[in-house]
Amino acid sequence: MGSQGGWGQSKEFLDLVKSIGEARSKAEEDRIVLNEIEMLKRRINEPDIPKKKMKEYIIRLVYVEMLGHDASFGYIHAVKMTHDDSLLLKRTGYLAVTLFLNEDHDLIILIVNTIQKDLKSDNYLVVCAALTAVCKLINEETIPAVLPQVVELLGHQKEAVRKKAIMALHRFYQRSPSSVTHLISNFRKRLCDNDPGVMGATLCPLFDLISADVDSYKDLVTSFVSILKQVAERRLPKSYDYHQMPAPFIQIRLLKILALLGSGDKQASEHMYTVLGDIFRKCDSSSNIGNAVLYECICCVSSIHPSPKLLDSAAEVTSRFLKSDNHNLKYLGIDALRRLMKVNPDIAEEHQLAVIDCLEDPDDTLKRKTFELLFKMTKSTNVEVIVDRMIDYMISINDNHYKTEIASRCVELAEQFAPSNHWFIQTMNKVFEHAGDLVNVKVAHNLMRLIAEGFGDDDEGTDNQLRSSAVESYLRILSEPKLPSMFLQVICWVLGEYGTADGKFSASYITGKLCDVAEAHPSDDIVKAYAVTAIMKICAFEIAAGRKVELLPECQSLIDELSASHSTDLQQRAYELQAVLGLDGHAVESIMPADASCEDIEVDKSLSFLNSYVQQSLEKGAQPYIPENERSGILNISNFRNQDQHESSAHGLRFEAYELPKPSITLRTPAPAPAVSSTELVPISEPTYPKETNQAAKLSTVTDTGATELKLRLEGVQKKWGKPTYSTPVPSTSSSNLKTTNGVNQLGQATLSSHSRDVSYDSKRPQAEISPEKQKLAASLFGGSSSKPDKKPQSTSHKTSRLGNPASEKPQVATASAATTELAPQKTAPVQTPPPDLLDLGEPTVGDTIPSIDPFKQLEGLLGPPDVSSSTNSGTVSVTQPPDLMALYGDSSLSGVSSSISNLVPTNLDSMNLVSSSSSAADHGGSKVALSASLKKGPNPQDSLEKDSLARQLGVTPSIQNPNLFRDLLG
Amino acid sequence: MIRAVMVMNTQGKPRLAKFYDFQPPEKQQELIRSVYGVLCSRAENVSNFVQADAIFGPDTLMVYKHYATLYFVFVFDSSENELAMLDLIQVFVETLDKCFKNVCELDIVFNFSKMHTILDEIIFGGQVLETISAEVMKAVDEITKLEKASNAVTLVPKSVSGWQSR
Repeated sequence: MGSQGGWGQSKEFLDLVKSIGEARSKAEEDRIVLNEIEMLKRRINEPDIPKKKMKEYIIRLVYVEMLGHDASFGYIHAVKMTHDDSLLLKRTGYLAVTLFLNEDHDLIILIVNTIQKDLKSDNYLVVCAALTAVCKLINEETIPAVLPQVVELLGHQKEAVRKKAIMALHRFYQRSPSSVTHLISNFRKRLCDNDPGVMGATLCPLFDLISADVDSYKDLVTSFVSILKQVAERRLPKSYDYHQMPAPFIQIRLLKILALLGSGDKQASEHMYTVLGDIFRKCDSSSNIGNAVLYECICCVSSIHPSPKLLDSAAEVTSRFLKSDNHNLKYLGIDALRRLMKVNPDIAEEHQLAVIDCLEDPDDTLKRKTFELLFKMTKSTNVEVIVDRMIDYMISINDNHYKTEIASRCVELAEQFAPSNHWFIQTMNKVFEHAGDLVNVKVAHNLMRLIAEGFGDDDEGTDNQLRSSAVESYLRILSEPKLPSMFLQVICWVLGEYGTADGKFSASYITGKLCDVAEAHPSDDIVKAYAVTAIMKICAFEIAAGRKVELLPECQSLIDELSASHSTDLQQRAYELQAVLGLDGHAVESIMPADASCEDIEVDKSLSFLNSYVQQSLEKGAQPYIPENERSGILNISNFRNQDQHESSAHGLRFEAYELPKPSITLRTPAPAPAVSSTELVPISEPTYPKETNQAAKLSTVTDTGATELKLRLEGVQKKWGKPTYSTPVPSTSSSNLKTTNGVNQLGQATLSSHSRDVSYDSKRPQAEISPEKQKLAASLFGGSSSKPDKKPQSTSHKTSRLGNPASEKPQVATASAATTELAPQKTAPVQTPPPDLLDLGEPTVGDTIPSIDPFKQLEGLLGPPDVSSSTNSGTVSVTQPPDLMALYGDSSLSGVSSSISNLVPTNLDSMNLVSSSSSAADHGGSKVALSASLKKGPNPQDSLEKDSLARQLGVTPSIQNPNLFRDLLG
Repeated sequence: MIRAVMVMNTQGKPRLAKFYDFQPPEKQQELIRSVYGVLCSRAENVSNFVQADAIFGPDTLMVYKHYATLYFVFVFDSSENELAMLDLIQVFVETLDKCFKNVCELDIVFNFSKMHTILDEIIFGGQVLETISAEVMKAVDEITKLEKASNAVTLVPKSVSGWQSR
């Protein structure tokens, strides 16, 4: 405390600090600070403030801002202070501006000049102060203003200045690499600086440069190695020792650089072996910093081309870390283990107990690091234990960020390594129950798809079993309070699809449950939508099966409530449900076939099946449809669409009001992507909704009048906008009828399922990994050791064997030529594999499980590409590749958007017949289903839709973008 | 690179905060608060490292050290060595100790700008500049000496308008 007097703070400032220190509450503190700010505001603008006083005010401003209050009123004074001649004031000014301002602040312009001047100062301390400011305040645009001076300073006589100049250049490089590319050679030059401090500083930018581009710096390997050697041999002045270690920070940085340079480069790595070995031998492991160097050595050894001897040393150090009582060292040990495992999976084996200890440790950081390690060493044999642990931990923490992360890891592991379907479902249930709203939507969709498609292609029975077990567990879970919305959606969907499939539960029981769900979540429209759709499915299946459907009273009241809902989506679903209830068994079966969620839905985007109807109408004198862009006034519908996405109500009325002013907005319309999703949705939701159809009919008249000046140009339209699909033969009405309704009513499944096809290939990849892994596991682990019972890979029956098994044999076939030699011994070896009970992690005896990755690693290179292809026939558990995002998005958010868009259908769709077709919908209430023609079809509907919408946009306002595309389209 | 250096007392009052990527004051407060929240919940005898990706974004770690009534916290990314950062805190504190002769919280509160001077000698633009506390001391002393000298020259107060016009 003795020094405070010497620093010239006034009593006022002391009092301020003291009173803030004594403040009992945040409110009290805030009050004091606000008073202070008031006072400063007043005083700082007084004329003739002594400089010393001013300096103190500035310091107080900094202090105030550190406490979280706005001190911007004083920034200008800090800027002015940098202009001062006095070093003290200048430094204070620089300090304040570096803390106050960011590089893009308006006031910077007032400082650049001063900085320029100061960089040329004779006083090196002024130069240093200016360099500090340069680091913080110079942005990409102002770099050229100071760059020449900074470069000049690289040759300054004071090493402190050279160091800082290098750092400043490094900062420029970080800000804008292009501004200093011509100066990079300077870094290399400074590496040879006489002063070790400057050399050490040079390593910072070099590290960045090398991480960005390793190859250009390979020539420096020998230099770095020799520097490291000299440092390690204590050739540097004694003053560079820190806790008896020679320049440890420089060593660490060099080791980091060598790790980069040696990675995957045998020749470069061989240069390093000696010096690394020396460091391992000499390094003092009793001090903190010594261990830091050792740890960095391990990182380096695990990254460069492996040397068995060094790996041994690294393993030894790692085990010392793990055995240490010091948590920091344990932490490093776990991390070192994770790194070494990549090179040599065997290493984890002897440390199982230590790993388990870390998992039990109260230290959260350590635990997380350990989970990271476990995540890396998970295999099908230990997945159950590891995932269980993870879930337990996930439940125990409150930190949402980490919860999300660990939940997604659980999901990933479960998808990749699930030993059984049942386990998978249970695991997913747990994850959803406890972190449901945190996990990615894709996970929920994957789960639904998995239940729908089943795990394998071999046995329908297993799939059914899976579904019934899912249904049962969901019915049980439903009784629990507070389930996450996402989980409820999955539950509703599954109950709707499969609730009555196995006949265990009656339709009324399931619908009752679904009603409960909807009632219990009055504010969650998505869950309600899922629930009501599920009810519809249940009813449809009942009707199709010839049974009479008696709606429960609560169900009826739910429908009534939803029909009057504010959400048009819910309304539509409710009306659809009512409509379905009124149909006979045959019709229902065709619109809502049981277990059809995996069927592809064909989309006839051109609505070509309506051609004859249109023809008829035209003959009767109806107005032809005129595409939107050919109408006078260039009415751009996408504007309306966007509009309506925001305010999804009262759509129809907008058309006229917004007509002309719109085109400018087109520029803002987010272009293809959103447009695609909406076009996608358009056809889907339009049809069965009587009310909307009425509106549509109304609209059609509007558009008609708008279009009267122009006459029919159907041909051109079709060519211009059409996709190949346009020319496909007209599907029979009945079939399209069926498909579309299915799509309409089962929005979720429809999109989902069609995507599942796309994904299936990718989804099999993880599978492929399992199989060789199991092999290797069997081979390497149980060739000689423990007596655990026989395991799946050996079992002959495919049905009982897990997903991975079918695949497990294939890679061998596929890669026969390359891999047979490798594989043969392993194949024969696995007579006994451990049971998938993972406790082995804890039991030293079974410990061999962990190292078993080894052969796998070896195989990986050989099997890589082939096993992907070979495994395609195997069943899929895991779906790593998420289905197309867009579709998912559309499908999850189907509520507002789709229904609002549907009103616009007549004008949106560029296909010719729409106007008349929608009016026909009004006429034939019963057949309206047929109109919703455009569902998806063909191999890549996404693509074509995207192009389509882009084209349409271009067509409307041709000047905006991509002239090429435009030329293509318009000839 | 080092993202931030914070010193706060055990009640969560910031004593020094320096962010090497610009953060607006409100954000700084938020970060300081969340760091404090994490630190208080740490038991004793656990590691000095905390994964900070929830607070500072992916790939960040913080190292803290508890001295009497103060927490010293360094936030950095994976290009730094955790243990070395811990030692850097040590260097910083050792230097403070030398500067203030048995440094205590009050020294830090009242000698705010000197703290920054010292820190600037150790960490420069997010990179470790100097790790020898004697060297840091030397630099700081020199600055102090010069500052005092220049201060003495200009002790005679001039009007604000005087230095504004310069």
